[in-house]
Formats: sequence, C-alpha cells, structure tokens
Amino acid sequence: MIRPSRNHPGFWAFVAHRVSGVALALFLPLHFLALGLALESDAALDRFLSAADNPVFKIAEWGLVVLLTVHLCAGLRVMALEFLPWRDSRKGLIGLGAVTAVAVGAIFLLRVG
Amino acid sequence: MTAARDERERLSVEVWRGRDEGRFETFAVPHRANQTVLDVVTWIQRHAAPALAYRFACRVGVCGSCAMTVNGRPRWTCRTHVSKVAGADRRLRIEPLRNLPRIKDLAVDLTPFFEKWQRAQGRFTPTRNRADPLAPVSPESPARKAADAGIECINCAVCHAACDVVGWDPDYLGPAALNRAWTLVNDERDGDRRGVLQAAAAGGGCHSCHTHGSCVEHCPVGLNPTAGIAGLKRRSLLDLVGSGLP
Repeated sequence: MIRPSRNHPGFWAFVAHRVSGVALALFLPLHFLALGLALESDAALDRFLSAADNPVFKIAEWGLVVLLTVHLCAGLRVMALEFLPWRDSRKGLIGLGAVTAVAVGAIFLLRVG
Repeated sequence: MTAARDERERLSVEVWRGRDEGRFETFAVPHRANQTVLDVVTWIQRHAAPALAYRFACRVGVCGSCAMTVNGRPRWTCRTHVSKVAGADRRLRIEPLRNLPRIKDLAVDLTPFFEKWQRAQGRFTPTRNRADPLAPVSPESPARKAADAGIECINCAVCHAACDVVGWDPDYLGPAALNRAWTLVNDERDGDRRGVLQAAAAGGGCHSCHTHGSCVEHCPVGLNPTAGIAGLKRRSLLDLVGSGLP
C-alpha cells in the first residue's frame, strides 16, 4: 500500500474543515442538552450557567469559537472557489482563513481575560 | 551518455517487484551527473534486473507513459532529476502509481483511467468536415483561453494517482478526465458541449471533487484541473437553472 502524497496546504485545509465540522457536530447535542435544562426549571439552567463561569468552560468556549471560525472560513473558501469566477487564490484563501481564526481566537481571549 | 560523477558514488534504489503482493528489491546504481529517475530504472533493467517491468516511450516529457511513485510522490520520471529527489543519503524508493491496477513491478494498467475519459465524454464531436473552411476561433475569447489553459495534458495519470477522491471512490472520474471535459465544454467547435457537461456532472463527476488541489500540486506540466472542475461545477449549476450551454 503506497501512502498518498498529501502534505500540501489544500489537503490540510480539507482536514481542518472536516475535523472542525465533526467536532461541532459532536458539540451540538451537548448544547441542546444544556438549553434543554430550561425546560426542567429555571434553577437547573442557572446552576449550569454558573458552572459555565469556571475557567475550564472558558477554555472550551475559546476552542468552540476557534472551531466555528475555522469551519466558517473553510466553507466560505470552498464556496468562493466553486462559485466565483476562478482566480488562483487557493492558498491565499487558506492563509486568510487561518489568520482570521487566530485573530478571532485572540480577540476572544482578550475579552474574556 | 552522461559522464559518471564518481564511479564510487552509488545510489541506493529500492524498486517494487511483483504485483499487489511483492517486495522491494534494492539496487546499487552508479550516480551520474544530470541523471533522471527514468535513467536509473533503465540502468537497473539493463544491468541488474532484465525482467523488470516498466513503461516509457519518448523520454522527453511528452508521451506521459513513464509516471511512477518516487519517494512517495507521483512524478514523471523522465523529467525528474535524481538530484532533485534523492537527498543527501542518495536513496530512492520507486513504486508504481497509486489508484490504478498493477500489472507487474512498476507498470500499471491505464485502462480504467482512459475509460473514465470516455465516460466524461472526453472526445471531440466535430461539426464540420474536411471540405468546410476552418472554424474561426478567437484566441482572445474567454472560453478559448479557458480551454487553452487545460489543453496541454499529457495523460500521464499523475493527478489520478495523487487524487484522494479517486482513492476513496473508484467511480470518480478523476482530475484528468474532468480537465479534458472542461476543455471541450469551452471549445466552441464541439458539437455536443452540453452532453460533455452532463457526462462530467453525472454521478462520480465534478461534484465529487473535494477541492484538495492535489492534482494541481503534482501535475508535471503545471495544469490546474481543480480550476477546470470548479468551472464544471459552476457551469452545471447554470445549466440547471436554464442559463447554461446551447
């Protein structure tokens, strides 16, 4: 079995898009479970929200924000490549998405901190 | 003949022997100046392993028949210098192309590759005969420029071997067949451009592409099949909403 020759930005952009998508899909049921606490009682939701103030949750929130940005940028990149008139911007768009994700992650950290 | 750099300098070359089941055989090959990977394979066949199966014809990057996997990367071996790929340890590992059935050693069966060209309707449908005057085609028209950008494909199957989607979905037409379809969709002389577009956009066609760009990264003649496939996606969408090809 010959290993594929994949070490280039386009492939890693695909991996980032796919991994962030799977991670967000795993997050969504937990998100709905948390929101569903409101159906039980105000107190149950409030208890969860106060627990969400601890630093571990803040780190997880930061990860969530970065994942959302990565997934959004990767999806917009694919749509731009496939629906806009072609410009050879494959790697430029990957770079722009990566910089945007880092910037959004940094802004989130600054605002939380 | 190229001069020997130093007769004591040897390349250590691992070559795949066998079909799906097999093993690597290691050869010590004299390292020469300006030596290509195809030179190395030919030296092995002529001096060490006469039964070694491989394929080549023109040796100058035109016929597209000598592609192999060299140190893990699909390449045209006749235009790949050893000095570019061997590194300081002077090691080469040469295997057949991925994503195609193996015949023996370094030779793969290209039948599925060319069958996909046919499935993508990658053949010209003429609208004139030899008695008609030449069709006037402006080289400056956007469609002709798009066709010209993809027309120099040498059918080497390097993109086919590099493509992840071809590996995942054996039904996928692959970058070369779709690139060919894109040149025909943009060829105003072709009599069935809509048929080409429909064949290229059918199941296993352009919409299966994940836009990794491995074809662009590996194409030895610098073509951009990803651009053509993106063009086919756009054109098939336009066709769906009724503003496509005549």
